[in-house]
Amino acid sequence: MLDVLKYQRPGAPRNSSGKGAIQISEASITFGRGVSAYHAVQSTSLRILPGEFVCILGPSGCGKSTLLNAIAGYVKPTTGAVSVDGVAVEKPGPDRGMVFQQYSLLPWKTVYENVSFGPRMAGASRTEAGSIANTFLGMVGLKKFGSRYPAELSGGMQQRVGIARALANYPSVLLMDEPFGALDAQTRLMMQESLLEIWAKFGTTVVFVTHDVDEAVFLADRVLIMSAAPGRIIEDLRIDLPRPRTTDSAALSEYIAARQHCLATIRSESRKAFEEQNK
Amino acid sequence: MTQAVQTLSEEPIPLGQTEQSALSKDPAPTVTPGLLRRALHPDLLRSLGLGLLSLAAGVLFWHWASATNLNVFVNFENVPGPGKVFASFLGHLETEIFYTHIRVSMQRILISYSIAAALGIGLGLIMGRSRIVRAFVMPYIEVIRPIPAVAWIPLAILMWPTEEASIIYITFLGALFPIVLNTLHGVEQTPEVLVRAAQSLGASRLAIFAHVVLPAAMPSISAGLAIGMGVSWFSLLAGEIISGQYGIGYFTWNAYSLINYQDIVVGMLVIGFLGTASTAAIKLLTKPLLKWQKRTR
Ligand SMILES: Nc1ncnc2c1ncn2[C@@H]1O[C@H](COP(=O)(O)OP(=O)(O)OP(=O)(O)O)[C@@H](O)[C@H]1O
Ligand SMILES: [Mg+2]
Repeated sequence: MLDVLKYQRPGAPRNSSGKGAIQISEASITFGRGVSAYHAVQSTSLRILPGEFVCILGPSGCGKSTLLNAIAGYVKPTTGAVSVDGVAVEKPGPDRGMVFQQYSLLPWKTVYENVSFGPRMAGASRTEAGSIANTFLGMVGLKKFGSRYPAELSGGMQQRVGIARALANYPSVLLMDEPFGALDAQTRLMMQESLLEIWAKFGTTVVFVTHDVDEAVFLADRVLIMSAAPGRIIEDLRIDLPRPRTTDSAALSEYIAARQHCLATIRSESRKAFEEQNK
Repeated sequence: MTQAVQTLSEEPIPLGQTEQSALSKDPAPTVTPGLLRRALHPDLLRSLGLGLLSLAAGVLFWHWASATNLNVFVNFENVPGPGKVFASFLGHLETEIFYTHIRVSMQRILISYSIAAALGIGLGLIMGRSRIVRAFVMPYIEVIRPIPAVAWIPLAILMWPTEEASIIYITFLGALFPIVLNTLHGVEQTPEVLVRAAQSLGASRLAIFAHVVLPAAMPSISAGLAIGMGVSWFSLLAGEIISGQYGIGYFTWNAYSLINYQDIVVGMLVIGFLGTASTAAIKLLTKPLLKWQKRTR
């Protein structure tokens, strides 16, 4: 842990300084042009505070990934603007860590090399990067697996390495695109709990995309519900469950109420979409 | 021969896949050293045995066909039997010139193949990442690739200052295309999510090239290198028509014009053996670069 504190990447201070504010103003994202134009995200405005844990919840294909990719810098909004800490997002960068839905570790690098890759790119020496990698691998419980190749790990382990890799750059924002989507229910619950633990330690802003209502309610301070295409945020729900949350939190009445509310919103939205299609 | 060139360089074959499946049969690690364990592996021994058995059967058939002057559509009457060919081969082993032929050919291969590998991988990588370069270079590849090595001979003689340069040019050309195309194919196979991951970790364009694109293309590149080695051998054979003195291809052509049937077969078999051996050497050399694949299940 000491090594981590020693290492400060220039321009990306720890989150205790209140970094990680996200501002989206009137952003629309259209793929293609003319008749084949597809409106994936429609005039979305959004403010996320530093250190907030926000879940974006919505049906498949509604534009969740697209919105997240706009924050990450992979997609440019067709109109409107996205900025992080007041700086317009132009391209991907290490201040916004990304955890993908598919496995995205570099298969030709060991677990250890994958995690130390970011610090290396930021100019850390081999030993510095190595101690950072060890710290974060320890944090996700995979210190012993450093010399393995990604293909030798289970899916859950690979995603943990993915999280460690994103955190190793001390990002002010952690963007997660259905990171636990491919995991079994048991592993998923475990991963959710350990993600919350890590988040409590770092206080990074987290934007977490999911289509699982339970996951969203369990994790988030705020759940943003998106409509089916074209994607818009139709509900901004605050979840005031006490933290730290454990699997027992699911029994609390606030949890159940929030869950019911989300489900009802999604149901009425999909009914609307269905009627729209049948007109 | 034209056809052989075509089929060999047509489709990039991902080499890694086949090796992967063979390796995945390895039993759980034991105390036996890895190399020995692999060498004594029953599956490997069996396929080795089967290969030898098949070759022996082929030689036996060849012997029988030429001994009985078999003439059923394919005529074996003038084909020398394995005994004669082997005797002729042993005879050549006593002469110094035979080794010179082999040495000269191997030198030519080494030079032209090295140039083809360096240029082919470089060009393939750049073409894979730049649409402009790709659009610019591709027409040349499309047009030149189908031209068989033999067809180049007259022009090569006119264009290059020395015989040696012409032969090397023709051999180089044969190896170049499979290497370029396989490299290009490999680069195109790079999963976009890996590029994105590297970008969000702060990697520069150059770093992405070195840490993501090149390793992702490596299985395909090494397949291209292996195919290119094979193709360079039969391009060499064509090129050595030009050579007035040395080379195993020259040896074979010379035997042909002297109507020395045994030597033709000796030449053919030596080329076959050298081609196989050098392709195996290339695979062995690129293997360490693919060691991460080995562990993929
Ligand atoms: N690069 C692109 N070009 C054209 N259309 C795209 C592109 N990327 C996404 N889309 C379309 O935009 C829509 C939203 O896609 P997106 O990936 O954001 O959905 P999602 O909400 O993440 O869905 P899922 O839950 O299935 O991941 C989809 O209909 C998709 O086909
Ligand atoms: Mg998605």
